[in-house]
Amino acid sequence: MLTNEKVQTRLVEKFGEQVSNFQEPYGMLTFESPKELNLKVLNFLYDDEELKFRFLTDVTAVHYPENKGKELAIVYHLHNLSDNLRIRFKVFTDINTPDVYTATGLYSSANWQEREAYDFFGVNFVGHPNLKRIMNVEEMDYFPLRKEFPLEDQTRVDKDDEMFGRG
Amino acid sequence: MSEHHIKLPEGSIEKTTTTLNLGPTHPATHGVFQNILELDGERIVSAEQTVGYIHRAFEKLAERRPLGQITVLTDRLNYCSPPINNMGWHLTCEKLLGLKIPKRVDYLRIIIMELARISDHLICNSIVGVDAGAYTGFLYVMQYRELIYEIYEEVCGARLTTNIGRIGGFERNFNDIAFQKLEKFLREYPKVLKEFETLFMRNRIFMDRTMGTGAISAERALNYGFTGPNLRATGVDYDVRVHTPYSSYEDFQFKVPVGTTGDNYDRWLVREQEMWESISIIEQAYQKVQEFKGTEADVFHADAPEYYLPPKEAVYTEMEALIWHFKIIMGETNIPSGEVYNSVEGANGELGFYLISDGGRTPYRLHFRRPSFIYYQAFEELIKGSMLSDTIITMSSLNLIAGELDA
Repeated sequence: MLTNEKVQTRLVEKFGEQVSNFQEPYGMLTFESPKELNLKVLNFLYDDEELKFRFLTDVTAVHYPENKGKELAIVYHLHNLSDNLRIRFKVFTDINTPDVYTATGLYSSANWQEREAYDFFGVNFVGHPNLKRIMNVEEMDYFPLRKEFPLEDQTRVDKDDEMFGRG
Repeated sequence: MSEHHIKLPEGSIEKTTTTLNLGPTHPATHGVFQNILELDGERIVSAEQTVGYIHRAFEKLAERRPLGQITVLTDRLNYCSPPINNMGWHLTCEKLLGLKIPKRVDYLRIIIMELARISDHLICNSIVGVDAGAYTGFLYVMQYRELIYEIYEEVCGARLTTNIGRIGGFERNFNDIAFQKLEKFLREYPKVLKEFETLFMRNRIFMDRTMGTGAISAERALNYGFTGPNLRATGVDYDVRVHTPYSSYEDFQFKVPVGTTGDNYDRWLVREQEMWESISIIEQAYQKVQEFKGTEADVFHADAPEYYLPPKEAVYTEMEALIWHFKIIMGETNIPSGEVYNSVEGANGELGFYLISDGGRTPYRLHFRRPSFIYYQAFEELIKGSMLSDTIITMSSLNLIAGELDA
């Protein structure tokens, strides 16, 4: 039976210190690698006879503006269906050159999910067959889910933060 | 394929294809999404799907809302079975907050979720019938979806966008009328489902229209991220309820029906069979609920004062309750920081919630894994080379829900 420890051992055997920051929030093994390695790691997770993470549950991105040089995170949720184990794999990229290799060659399901991540966060998936906006209009020239676009009108005066202990 | 075409003398006429816009607002798409089809006669050469017509930026909206106010957003994902979305969201929050949920709440939730699954499958299967030319079944079973909606109404007051339940449990206990209506449903529905099944299952016309159309292999389906009935129709027995049991699904006995060919007919059969399993799960859950006696029978929420609204009488008479009430309504409670992925078996497949909290009052980031968004990508592969009329059936048998596609 595959366990988190085993996955971690296999990854470290293969990639050494390139894979790092192993954590287990709420039981799900989470780790990261440099963005240049994302396809190598995904390929290894897919092909390895023991690991067999052949189901891509989800791809999305997260914006951390304070994380200088690593502002955008691309998060892959992978699932080994035969051993029923899920893992989370992250790569971080600089927001000025958000180039990350696409996983569409490995998983067909990555296609639209990467387009969505591009649409919302501007992650440029290198090698993607059809990288264009999916939810928003194509004329849009910004990436709305980035944190620099606050939702609420910041000029509102009727909701003074100080009144709510947030000042 | 070539024998379907009229043979013209070489060079007599230039061969052309036709472009057809199917959607965004077309009665056959059952939702707002567009297909640009390239047709050679009546056969599909290529298709390009466009989604996003009802994109409402829920993921962004969620970043400024306290947890309890996000439930109403999830209603509008898969609007054929909103209670499953609501429960999925509550379960995600509870996982993040580490709340312990009483068994009775789990069982009540299962009743509601399985009712929602039945109503969703019922719509999908009867719409497949409509698209194959059998309108009667659809109109007939509608009244039984109505019974399900009436049960929702008794429990939460709403029918479509239910906002059912709260973090920690239900807003109120199920009343007697709700249970009476549930009994009525359990009494009457199996007979109707049987009739509905007889109408279609061995119907020559229906079989001819659905068998072999819109088929996908298990391997391709997995690669495309299929989940739910559409994946099970290809023969893969992946069901979140079994693989990662939530809300005490491990206490129940049920089968996971699978198909073999992954075509429209198998998808229809899998959904049909799942409805029978759902009925059995509801019966088991109802029985378990009835076994609670005394004070246990009044439990309908967990003890979580920070997230669960206190009763109104207490708000007016007790200091403590008033404070909690204010804090919950104004979204003043800081949620613990953490990162959690939780999924439930939605009617269309694995409905996942990826929630990141930085310790603030609202999520830092919330991402919905919407099953139909992911498997709709395979649509072109499913319909390539098939007839235009089969395309319509394939579309409805995938159960594409525009709200879920776009989020």
